[in-house]
Amino acid sequence: MPDTQNWWSTIAPAAPEMYLATVICVILLIDVFAGGSRRPRLTGTLTLIALAVGAWVTLEYGSVGGRTPLFGGLYIADPLALVLKLSALLYVAVALLYSRPALARRGTGGEYHVLALTALLGIYVLASAGNLLSLYIGVELLALSLYAMIAFDRESPVSAEAAMKYFVLGSIASGMLLYGISLVYGLTGTLALDEVALRLTAEPSLGMVAGVAFVVVAIAFKFGAVPFHMWVPDVYHGAPTTVTLFLSTAPKFAYFALAYRLLSQGLDGISPTWTQMLAIIGVLSLIVGNVFAIAQANLKRMLAYSAIANVGFILLGFTTGTAAGYSAALYYTIVYVLATLGAFGVILLASRRGFEADELEDYKGLQARDPMLALWMMMMMFSTAGVPPFVGFWAKLAIFEALWQVGAVWLIVIGALAAVVGAFYYIRVVKLMYFDDAPSAPRGEASGALRLVLGVNALATLALGVVPASLFDLCKAVLG
Amino acid sequence: MTPNLLIAIPLLPLVAALIAGLAGRRIGRAASAGVTILAVGISCALSLYVAKLIFLDGVPASDITVYTWLVSDGIRFQVGFLVDRLTALMMVVVNFVSFCVHVYTIGYMRDDDGFQRFFSYISLFTFSMLMLVMANNFMQLFFGWEAVGLVSYLLIGFWFTRPSAIHANLKAFIVNRIGDFAFVLGIAGVVYWTHSLDYADLFALAPSLETATFALSAGTTVPALTLIALCLFVGAMAKSAQVPLHVWLPDSMEGPTPISALIHAATMVTAGIFMVARMSPLYEFSGAALTFVLVIGGTTAFFMGLLGVVSNDIKRVIAYSTLSQLGYMTVALGASAYSAAIFHLMTHAFFKALLFLAAGSVIIGMHHEQDMRKMGGLAKYMPVTAVTCWIGALALIGTPFFSGFYSKDALIEAVGESQRAGATYAYWCVTAGVFVTALYTFRLLFMTFHGKERFGHDETHGDEHAHGHGHGGAPHESPWVVTVPLIALAIPSIVIGYLTIGPLLFGGAFGDAIFVREANDVIGELGHEYHGPVAFALHGLTAPTFWLALAGVVTAWYLYLKSPGTPARIAARFAGLYSMLVNKFYFDWFNETLVAPFTRLVGKVLWKGGDQLLIDGAFVNGSAKFVGWAAAKGRRIQTGYLYTYAFWMVIGLAVLLGWFLIGA
Repeated sequence: MPDTQNWWSTIAPAAPEMYLATVICVILLIDVFAGGSRRPRLTGTLTLIALAVGAWVTLEYGSVGGRTPLFGGLYIADPLALVLKLSALLYVAVALLYSRPALARRGTGGEYHVLALTALLGIYVLASAGNLLSLYIGVELLALSLYAMIAFDRESPVSAEAAMKYFVLGSIASGMLLYGISLVYGLTGTLALDEVALRLTAEPSLGMVAGVAFVVVAIAFKFGAVPFHMWVPDVYHGAPTTVTLFLSTAPKFAYFALAYRLLSQGLDGISPTWTQMLAIIGVLSLIVGNVFAIAQANLKRMLAYSAIANVGFILLGFTTGTAAGYSAALYYTIVYVLATLGAFGVILLASRRGFEADELEDYKGLQARDPMLALWMMMMMFSTAGVPPFVGFWAKLAIFEALWQVGAVWLIVIGALAAVVGAFYYIRVVKLMYFDDAPSAPRGEASGALRLVLGVNALATLALGVVPASLFDLCKAVLG
Repeated sequence: MTPNLLIAIPLLPLVAALIAGLAGRRIGRAASAGVTILAVGISCALSLYVAKLIFLDGVPASDITVYTWLVSDGIRFQVGFLVDRLTALMMVVVNFVSFCVHVYTIGYMRDDDGFQRFFSYISLFTFSMLMLVMANNFMQLFFGWEAVGLVSYLLIGFWFTRPSAIHANLKAFIVNRIGDFAFVLGIAGVVYWTHSLDYADLFALAPSLETATFALSAGTTVPALTLIALCLFVGAMAKSAQVPLHVWLPDSMEGPTPISALIHAATMVTAGIFMVARMSPLYEFSGAALTFVLVIGGTTAFFMGLLGVVSNDIKRVIAYSTLSQLGYMTVALGASAYSAAIFHLMTHAFFKALLFLAAGSVIIGMHHEQDMRKMGGLAKYMPVTAVTCWIGALALIGTPFFSGFYSKDALIEAVGESQRAGATYAYWCVTAGVFVTALYTFRLLFMTFHGKERFGHDETHGDEHAHGHGHGGAPHESPWVVTVPLIALAIPSIVIGYLTIGPLLFGGAFGDAIFVREANDVIGELGHEYHGPVAFALHGLTAPTFWLALAGVVTAWYLYLKSPGTPARIAARFAGLYSMLVNKFYFDWFNETLVAPFTRLVGKVLWKGGDQLLIDGAFVNGSAKFVGWAAAKGRRIQTGYLYTYAFWMVIGLAVLLGWFLIGA
C-alpha cells in the first residue's frame, strides 16, 4: 500500500495546475448542461469564484522555499513561478471582470470563460516548465486558447481575419521554436533545461547558434517584437476588445517565463549570442513601436504599437544577462501590464451597445462627459509614459539602472529617446480628453462596482509609484 | 513621542487644506473655515503637548524616519522628523500664530469671493512650514522651503486681478529663485562631502570636514564648509529678505493682511534664521561665513529701518520694520548667539503678527485705506486696536519688561561681546537701529491713532454707494473675530520675554539642538552677569539702547504730533538723502534698469537662437517631422497581407542567422 501522505507531498506543489484542469472540466460541463438564458452569466460568475479559490490554492501549495523539481524535472516549483502565476491569475480575473458588461451585451456563451481558464493553465504550465517539452506544451496550450478567443466573435469578418493571421503566423513561429528546440536537443542530448545548461560548451557551435536564433525568433514573435510584430496591430485591432484586453495582459507573463526559463536558465552559458540578438530586436521594437504608434487613429491599434515598444524595454532588461536585468524586466512586465489592463478597461467601460469607444476621436472631451473615467485613463497613460510619481517611471528607471551596471550606455540612450517619443502619443490621449471639445458621444454603461475596480487599478499605479520598494524588492528576491 | 503624533501635526492642516481647496465650493464658507480652523487648532494643541513633553518632562529629542521614498547610490531620500527643543519651539510659534490668523481671517476676508481658497492656502502654508521646521534631512527641508515659497507666491497674488499684486508675486518668486539656486548648490555640497542628506550625518562629520577644501579653479581653493555655509545662507537671504535680496518683501504687502502677518512677518521669513540656527554645528566651523552673516545682517538691520521712516503706507512701514528685525536676528546668528536669534524670532513673531493684524484692523476700519496721511486720531474710534497696537509697538522698540526688550537687549549685548571680524560694524548698526526703530514705530502710532483726523468724514451716508467702499462711513472698531486674536497675541507680546529669557538663553533650554563652540560662546559670557529678568530689565534702564529708544519716541512725538510741518521741511532741506530713501536706496531701480534688461537680453538670445532655432527647429519639429514621415512611409510595410508578415519574419530570421553565422 503506497504511503499516501508521502506520495502527495511529492506532487503537492503542482496542485494549482491540477486544480485548474479540474475546474475547467467542471465549468465546461456545467456550462453545457445548465442551459437557459442565464447560462453565460452563471459561467462567468463560476469562473471568477474558481479564480478566487485558485488564488488560494496557488498561494497555499505553490509557495515553496526554493527550487523544487517535480515529475523528474518536467515541472519546477520556485518563487518566480509563484509570482508569475499569481500575477497572471490576478490580471486574468480583473480582465474578466472588465469584460462582463461587453460579454453580456454580446450574449455569447460561457465557452469564453473556459478558454480563458485554459489559457491561464497554459501560462501556469509555462511558468513552471523545467523541460523543453513541458515548455512547448505550455506555449501551445496558451496559443491555441488565444486563437480560439480571437475568433470568438464568429460573425465579425475582422475578427476572423485577425484570428487567421495569428494562427498561421503562430504556426510558423511554433515550427521555428520546435526546430530550435530540436537543434538544442540534438547538440546537448537532453531535454531537461538544467541539464542543457550543464552541457553547453563555452564556445557555441554553429548549430547551437542557429538553434538559439530560431528560439529567439519564436520568443520575439510571442512577445510581438520587431520584425516579428506584424500580427500585433491587426490582432489587437481586429479582435473584440475583451479579447484584446486578455491578450495584452496575462500572456505577457507566460512569454516572460518562456524567455527566462529557456534563455536565462537553459542557455545561460552562451548568453553573449542571444543577448546580442535580443538587443537588436529590442532596439528595433522601441523605434518601430513608438514611431508607428504616433500615426494611429485607433486607440487599440495605438496600444498595440505601444505594446511593441514596451516589449522592447522588457527585452532590453534581458540583454543585460544579469539577475538585476531579469528582475528589472519582471518588474517592468508587471507594471506595464497593470497600466495596459487599466487602459483597455477604460475602453471597455467607456463602450456601450453600438459604440466601441476605440477610436482616438471618441476620447475627445471625455473629461466633460465622464470625469472619473478620464482621470483613470490619464493615470494609466502617465504611468505607461513613465511620468513620476507613477510606477511606470520606476520601471523604466529599473531597466536603465540594470543596463548602466553592464555599461550598455547606447541602449540607455536609445531607450530614453524612445521613451520621449512615446510620451508624445500617451500624453496626446490626455490632451484629447482634457483640452478638446466634446462631441456628443454616449456615456459608458458600466456599473459602479466595475468603475470602482478600475479606480483601484488606477490608484495602484500611483500607490506603487509612491511606495515602489516592496514590489521591486519582490522581483529582486525571486530572481536573486 | 510616537511617530503617529508627529505625523498628525503637519498632516492635519494638509488634509484641511485639501478639503477646503477641492471641496470648498461644495461645503460652503462656514464649513471651509471651520475645518481648517479645527485642524490647525488640534495641530496647535498637539504641538503644545509636544513642547510640554520636551521642555517640562524632559523627554529626549526624537529623530525618526517615517517614509523612505527611494535609495539611490546609498543616499536615502526620506520623510522624517527631528523634534528637539528648537523644533518644538518653532512648532508652537508657527501653529499658534497660524491659529490666530485663521480666526482673524474670518473677519478680514468676510466679503471676499476667494474666502475658501484663502483658508485652503493658509492651511497649506501651515503644513509646509511645519514640514520645514520638523525636517530631519535636507530633502524635506528643501521641500518645505519650496512649498512655503509657493504658497507665499500664491498668496501675494491672491487678488490676481490687480496688476500690482501680479508684479509683486512675480518679484517674490524670481528673487527667491536666486536664493533657492544657491540653496540647492549648498545641499549639493552637503551631499558631495557627506554622501547623505540627513542632518545627523552632516553634524557628525562637520568637525572632520573643517580642513576640507574645494578647488574652484587651479590654484584657488576654498574651505568646503565655508562654501556650503555661504550657499545655504544665500538661500536664507532670499527667504529671510536680507540685503540685497530683500526687494520682494515690501512689495509682498500686496497680499491680504493676515498673510502679511503670518507669512511675511511671523513665520516664513524666519525660515532662513531657523535654518542657520538648525545648522549651527555647520556654521560654527566657518568663521568666514559667520562674518558674512554679521555684515549682511547689520546692514539690513540699520538701513532697512531707515526706509520705514519715509514710507506712508501703514503696512509697508511694518514691512520695513520686519526687514530690519530680521537683520537683528541675522546679526545674532553671525555672532554665534543662535539662541538669542531664535529668542528674538519667537518674541518678534508674536509682536509683529500683532502689529500686522492691528494694521489690518485699521485697514478694515478705514474701509481699505492704507495711507497713514489719511488717518489720525483713530484711537477713539478703535480702542481695542489702538491699545493692542501700542502694546506691539512698545514690545518692538524694546521697552523694558516687554517681550521685545528681553530679546533685543540680549541680542545687542551678545553682539557687543563678540570678537568676530565685522562684529563692531554690526554692533553699531544694531545700536543705531534702536533709535530708528523707535522713530518709525511711534511715527506710525502717532500718525494713525493720534493727532488730527485727516480722513474725510462722510456725513451723508447715502453717498456711500456712489463712492463704493472708498471712504464710506466713519471708522469703526472691528468685530470680535478680529479683536480676539489681537488680544491673544498681545498677551505673549508682553509677557513671553519675561517668562522665557531665563531658561531659553541662560538655562540651556535648547540643549543639544544648538551647538556653540567654547570660544564663540557669547551668550555664555552674558550668562555670568544675568541675575533674573527683573534685574536684567532694571539694568536695561541704564543702557544706551534704552535712551536711544526714548530719543526716537520723543523725536517722533515732536515731528508728528507737536510740529507736523517739520518733516516736510527736513525733507526739503536734505532732498538728496530723502530721495535716496524714498527710492529705497535705488535697489529696485538697479534691478529694473540694469539687471532685468540684461537678463532679458540673455534670455532672448537663448530663446531665439538656442530654443527656437536649435531645439524647437532642429530637434523638436525636425524630429517630429521625421517621425511623422517615417510613420507614414512605414505604414506601407503593414500591408495587411499575411504573406508580407511571414516574409518579414523570414527576413528577420535570416538577418539574425546571417549576422551570427557569418560573424562566427
